[in-house]
Amino acid sequence: MTALLSFVIYLILAPFIGGLLDGLDRKISARMQGRIGPPLLQPFYDVAKLMHKQNIAVNRSQEFLVASFCMTQILAGCMFFAGSDILFCFFIISTGSTFLVFAGAITNSPYSSLGSSRELIQMMAYEPAVLLACVGLYLASGSFNVRDIVMQDTSAILFLPGFFLSYIFILTIKMRKSPFDLSTSHHPHQELVKGLTTEMGGRNLAYYTITEWYENVFLLGVVALFIINKNPSSYIAAIIVVLAVCFVETLIDNVSARVKWNFMLKSTWISTLLLAGVNLLILMLV
Amino acid sequence: MLSIFLICYPLLVALLMITVPNHKFRNFLAYSSAVFIIAAVGIFTTQWIMGGCHVIELFYDTEIVNMIIIGFELVLMVIVTYLCFKYKRYIISLLTIIPTLLIVYVELFGPEREAIAHIRIDYLSVLMCIIIGLVGSLIIVYAVGYMHNYHHHHHTEVKDRRGYFFMLLFIFMGAMFGFVLSQSLLWVDVFWETTSVCSFMLIGYTRTDEAVTNSFRALWMNLLGGTALALGITYQIYAYGNDSLTMLINSGIAKDSFAVIPVTLIAFAALTKAAQMPFSKWLMGAMVAPTPSSALLHSATMVKAGIYILFRLAPAMRDTLTGNMVSYIGGFTFFVASLMAIAQSDGKKVLAFSTISNLGLMVACSGIGRAETLWAGIFLMIFHAVSKSLLFQDIGAVENSTHSRDVEDMHGLVYRIPSLGSFMFIGIAGMFLAPFGMLISKWSALKACVDANNIILVLLICYGSATTMLYWTKWMSKIISYTNEPKIKVITKRDEMISLSIHAVLMIALCIMFPLLSRTYVEPLLLEMYGSSCTVLSMKILYTLVIIICFIFAVPIITFTHTKKEQINKKPAYMNGINEGDDVHFTDSFGDSKKLVMSNWYFKDFIGQRKIMVPCEIISSSILIVMLTIIMGGALL
Repeated sequence: MTALLSFVIYLILAPFIGGLLDGLDRKISARMQGRIGPPLLQPFYDVAKLMHKQNIAVNRSQEFLVASFCMTQILAGCMFFAGSDILFCFFIISTGSTFLVFAGAITNSPYSSLGSSRELIQMMAYEPAVLLACVGLYLASGSFNVRDIVMQDTSAILFLPGFFLSYIFILTIKMRKSPFDLSTSHHPHQELVKGLTTEMGGRNLAYYTITEWYENVFLLGVVALFIINKNPSSYIAAIIVVLAVCFVETLIDNVSARVKWNFMLKSTWISTLLLAGVNLLILMLV
Repeated sequence: MLSIFLICYPLLVALLMITVPNHKFRNFLAYSSAVFIIAAVGIFTTQWIMGGCHVIELFYDTEIVNMIIIGFELVLMVIVTYLCFKYKRYIISLLTIIPTLLIVYVELFGPEREAIAHIRIDYLSVLMCIIIGLVGSLIIVYAVGYMHNYHHHHHTEVKDRRGYFFMLLFIFMGAMFGFVLSQSLLWVDVFWETTSVCSFMLIGYTRTDEAVTNSFRALWMNLLGGTALALGITYQIYAYGNDSLTMLINSGIAKDSFAVIPVTLIAFAALTKAAQMPFSKWLMGAMVAPTPSSALLHSATMVKAGIYILFRLAPAMRDTLTGNMVSYIGGFTFFVASLMAIAQSDGKKVLAFSTISNLGLMVACSGIGRAETLWAGIFLMIFHAVSKSLLFQDIGAVENSTHSRDVEDMHGLVYRIPSLGSFMFIGIAGMFLAPFGMLISKWSALKACVDANNIILVLLICYGSATTMLYWTKWMSKIISYTNEPKIKVITKRDEMISLSIHAVLMIALCIMFPLLSRTYVEPLLLEMYGSSCTVLSMKILYTLVIIICFIFAVPIITFTHTKKEQINKKPAYMNGINEGDDVHFTDSFGDSKKLVMSNWYFKDFIGQRKIMVPCEIISSSILIVMLTIIMGGALL
């Protein structure tokens, strides 16, 4: 029953939470740069406007691929909040990301294609850390199921500090924050224009944005999973940690410049190996 | 009786193939034999299932057959030795002379052996028969059309020896059937050597310098494995007084100390056959052969022989040093071969590396030896056989039509050659994007590795799955990229198309029927091997997933078809210069027209074959040598 409830709550509330976090991010970024910034609800105004725009597309099939991307990501999130297998959720997420890559590549547009190949490299960079985070949670709780993980006596982070840090590291890539925003950018006046989303117009871009909100809520949900235990007050701690993580991501976004792909790949893989790998070694041997 | 038909019939056809000079008649014979073999496998399977799926053991007394086999083995030895001397590879001949004479000696003058059943029919061998029969026969159907086109293009440089070629294909099939049905290790050995020699001859078919070099590389690596196998069998006969594979496995499960050495040696032999690091190079070299032989070597037969024997040994390897060795080598191969696959742009080479890499995952699964990993491994094997056969045949057909098998030249293939492009898409999707196949296999492999406390393997699977995804997705996005280039005339023969279509249908059916297959076949198989039932995922979850996934894809399809009538404003792509309207050319800042060319990333300087092959070989050889020394030393002292 609770599973169904949280499933429905995620389905309805996730875009609002994701959109609000997006608005907050823009607001805080603006303040960091000494600007006033857009209103908190600006992301919603943007999406509403996109929905009413004329439908311009380079390739018809793109709509299909964006819709598939959207559906799979939402499914993964729903399964996660319904308490099912976390490794499975991430497998579905990466299947969904492949559709996004296809949506970029199918256009035959140079900037879009460039963005999608970079997206692929990003996927390769963060995949080990994601899978290892699942393995870590399994070791800490003895189950891949989210509903079992949240019912532990102590928070998973006590056993998994390395996994947690490596996950935060790749969260920068997943949330498309500088210095790892290689596949798409906030500002079109750069070497990759808008990257992956260059050729997405009107409705497609709106769907894409909403999907990103869903996905971000899911990703932050995994952060919370490291904190939550069977004590109800841990939920408050989890919310605080999630907000802190969001703030840190915004801060990193504002103080760093985009790096090259090989630096991203090397640093992510090495940090994953050092943080998560060593933590894994300790967990399995002790 | 049908099991004997399956082994002997292809061998008989092989004899006819070499003697019949007429192309037409030979093609007819190839078609009808392929149909016969598929039908025979069908009847064989139905009979066995009707009989209640029990283990059937046959042929206790085989005095005369054993003599024929000894004679056959000596003939093989003479042929290989002759070829070694002809091409001045003298040392390699030792690898055939020593094991053959050893086996002959043991068989004639060795200790008295228990009477055992020589043929054993059970779940695993029937599964292998289905794969070999179905995929192998389809490859033969495909080969008829392909070889026609092939000799049409290469009639100046390659001598037309199609009779010889088809003879080898059929011997190969017969030997594979024999291999998976035999329980007597002496029989296993002779079929093993036959496949090694056949692959050697298939690779050397064109007789170019490159082909000869590669074929001898394949030969020595496989014969090295054969030598290990012969030593293992000899040891077992002296230690136990029998040559039964099943008995060996049972002593292995009972952790009998005498079983360690034969199990390790046979596992080592299987590693060479399955082209694991450091023995991967022979499979790469096999790419010089005409496509049907690569398809046959890669998908249904040769490499699967190694995997099959490892699956058989899996229960005996559980929680042993041998199992650890096998799983480390497998995991390592899985990761590094997928890295090297990223750096390849030649389609066939990508497939070759991906074969090696996927085999690595299966080998790792068998090395852990738990029921869950074996479940994953068997599904990987089934999906891999169909998908690889489809992809190899498709690449061959594409190459015949476009004269290139480079992935870069496949830009927009689904628009330029819709049929072949879609087949390729289905093949790749079946390999890694399919809702289940790869995904669930990886899931259960990962879980079992964590349970088995195998840290290194957990890391290797996590990194390897990231790299695997990259090279497949990269390729897929290349073939679906939109293009305005004109369509290409397809010269694919009808028989090639038949084979390709059946493969594609099979692939899709496998993805959908996967939970059913798990329940009705793979779980009983594990029950038979482990004596306890194993449910990796409950049927409820599997079916829920199937329904959800269908729904997930239904929604976009419905919206897509629904909005198809709706007017959309179609615009050319943004090119940062004026798009000349065809999405291919743009006007640059000097006012000149430039053609837009897009290419994938290959990172050749970082992870190219030239760069990392040698270090990887050194690392894997060291692992192998150190672990073999520890295991052998521990068992002997």
